[in-house]
Amino acid sequence: MTDADRHRAIATDGPPTRPARLVDDFTPALVDTGAHHLCPGCGEPIAVRALMEVIEDLALERRTIAVFGIGCYTAFSNNLDVEVLQALHGRAPSVATGVKRALPDTVAVTVQGDGDMVSEGLQEVLHAAARGESITCVMLNNGVFGETGGHMTATTVLGQRTKTSLEGRDPVAHGRPILLADLVARLDGAAYVGRGAVNSAGNVARTKRMLRRALETQTAGAGFSLVEILTMCPTGWFIETQDAPSYLDDNLGAVHTGGVLKDVGAGTGPPP
Amino acid sequence: MTGPAPVVPGPAPAQPPGEAPRRFLMGSAAIAEAMIGAGCRFFAGYPMTPFTEVLEHMARRLPAVGGVCMNAESELEAVGMAWGAAATGTPAATGSTGQGLSLMQESLAEITLARLPLVVLDMARGQGDYWQATRGGGHGDYRHIVLAPGDVAEAVELVHTAFDLAATWRNPVLVFGDYYLAHTARSVSIGPDAPAGAARPDWALTGASGGSGHAKLVSFLGSAKQRDNVGYDLSTHYAACAEHTARMLGGVTPRAECGFTDDAEVVVVAFGTPGGYVRAAVRSLRREGVAVGWVRPVTLVPFPSAVIADAARGARAVAVYENNTGQMVDDVRLSVLGAAPVEFIGGLSMDPSGFGIAPDLDVGVLRRRILDVVERHR
Repeated sequence: MTDADRHRAIATDGPPTRPARLVDDFTPALVDTGAHHLCPGCGEPIAVRALMEVIEDLALERRTIAVFGIGCYTAFSNNLDVEVLQALHGRAPSVATGVKRALPDTVAVTVQGDGDMVSEGLQEVLHAAARGESITCVMLNNGVFGETGGHMTATTVLGQRTKTSLEGRDPVAHGRPILLADLVARLDGAAYVGRGAVNSAGNVARTKRMLRRALETQTAGAGFSLVEILTMCPTGWFIETQDAPSYLDDNLGAVHTGGVLKDVGAGTGPPP
Repeated sequence: MTGPAPVVPGPAPAQPPGEAPRRFLMGSAAIAEAMIGAGCRFFAGYPMTPFTEVLEHMARRLPAVGGVCMNAESELEAVGMAWGAAATGTPAATGSTGQGLSLMQESLAEITLARLPLVVLDMARGQGDYWQATRGGGHGDYRHIVLAPGDVAEAVELVHTAFDLAATWRNPVLVFGDYYLAHTARSVSIGPDAPAGAARPDWALTGASGGSGHAKLVSFLGSAKQRDNVGYDLSTHYAACAEHTARMLGGVTPRAECGFTDDAEVVVVAFGTPGGYVRAAVRSLRREGVAVGWVRPVTLVPFPSAVIADAARGARAVAVYENNTGQMVDDVRLSVLGAAPVEFIGGLSMDPSGFGIAPDLDVGVLRRRILDVVERHR
């Protein structure tokens, strides 16, 4: 369809036949404002929005305490309309554990990045999962420390160029990436583990179904749940913004493969 | 909803009115019972001597009163768990030795900047944690209130005080104990219990404000939301924290015990368990007509500078005994401000036992060291 066709399709010779749709119609109720200072092409706002939409869909907004880690996504910690507790880099799972144990009726959700959860705080998420802690951890995995400007994390894939692996991550010099969801899925206390992505509309929809199942796993008291979400970071990947979705599939997504790794069946929503 | 019931701030099960019956308890057990009596319903820790028995006791006793005790995977997670519970308005505590508290410092700094009440036990090995406790080992502009009990009975009292101060000032309060305090048995009265049915404070997170357009935020970056704006207003937040700290330090009354200071030629200052040994040494020297006196700071932050300055007035010298190589001596010098020479007569914190069982913590040894100061300043 050309622009001319598009203009012709809008009838201007009479009153509109349906109500105009405003920007607000597309704004999730639990995000206070559309303003954030993350880079164009970043996947994290899509992931945070997806999480908020699922919380709203499940009507959990009056029970939720989101425990934020430190990363670019921390920009959202003070403009959401769910209660937020700010934790240190890497430490959200233990903080969420304290919340959930003190108030078992709450829905405790951590929001962390790969640097936060896998590099700085790996033992936190592993022990929380092993305990079968009734919390949901959401990990936004872009394979770099985005906030510091594109440095290597524990999930950076082999060959990926970062500011601390200039010629690409080398297994001898830098070691191999940790596949977090795979690691957590092997722990008995983990009840739901999924790995989604936000680089296409289909993947966003699939990721939202994973988030739904994870939160349902928590509200059913079935154990620990984790959703790892691959997100784009064109700035930290040093590529053009528009190339990021396909770069994600070809690099990060080829190693951190998507799908449901574990589901004890506590959720009632549609399977991803 | 299945699963455990929510933790409700409040007292231990009812007990008869009047003074609670006296019980013969080890210091660790007495401290744990005092925490429960003061309303503590969440405790997290990681075993380490001489903190271990406090954790053991809380693990056994807290579930019985509807509380939660977590044996965390490390001190990092112990303080994290306590942080989460504290943010829900549940009276919470954690602790360790100074070594374990070293691991917790990043969180302790930020918990303070998030304005959360928390009681922290330092069951120290010796007194080498004085600087860590009073200056803080973490980053940024923050202070903790620090209380240093001299014996088990005072520890019970100060644990209650610690929970009161933490709630009043929304600030961590550290109780500085040691190996002797943990392992000394004494007949103590644990009560009174905290008042029943204490409401959760209005800042506490429960999840319930979500979806209202004004969901609560508890953050060390500032808990005021920046609507239609981006990021946090850190300068405003840090300035407010500094103002709060100043108000708190001015609002808490410094405490110290002292004796024979009116006409003392040498005043000896010591805190915690060594304070009792110094008192005994001074008393025995007084019986022999030696004009010495003693001061035992009970609050280390705020430091009882005025009491020490007053005691030092007219004295030829001030001596400081610590179970370390000289840390509080700095604060004593700052209190005396050159009015009298301040000499250090302490020992080592890292003694051969490793637990702070000081070989020189002996009344005979202390008498000789104090007399030496007296003779040199005659």
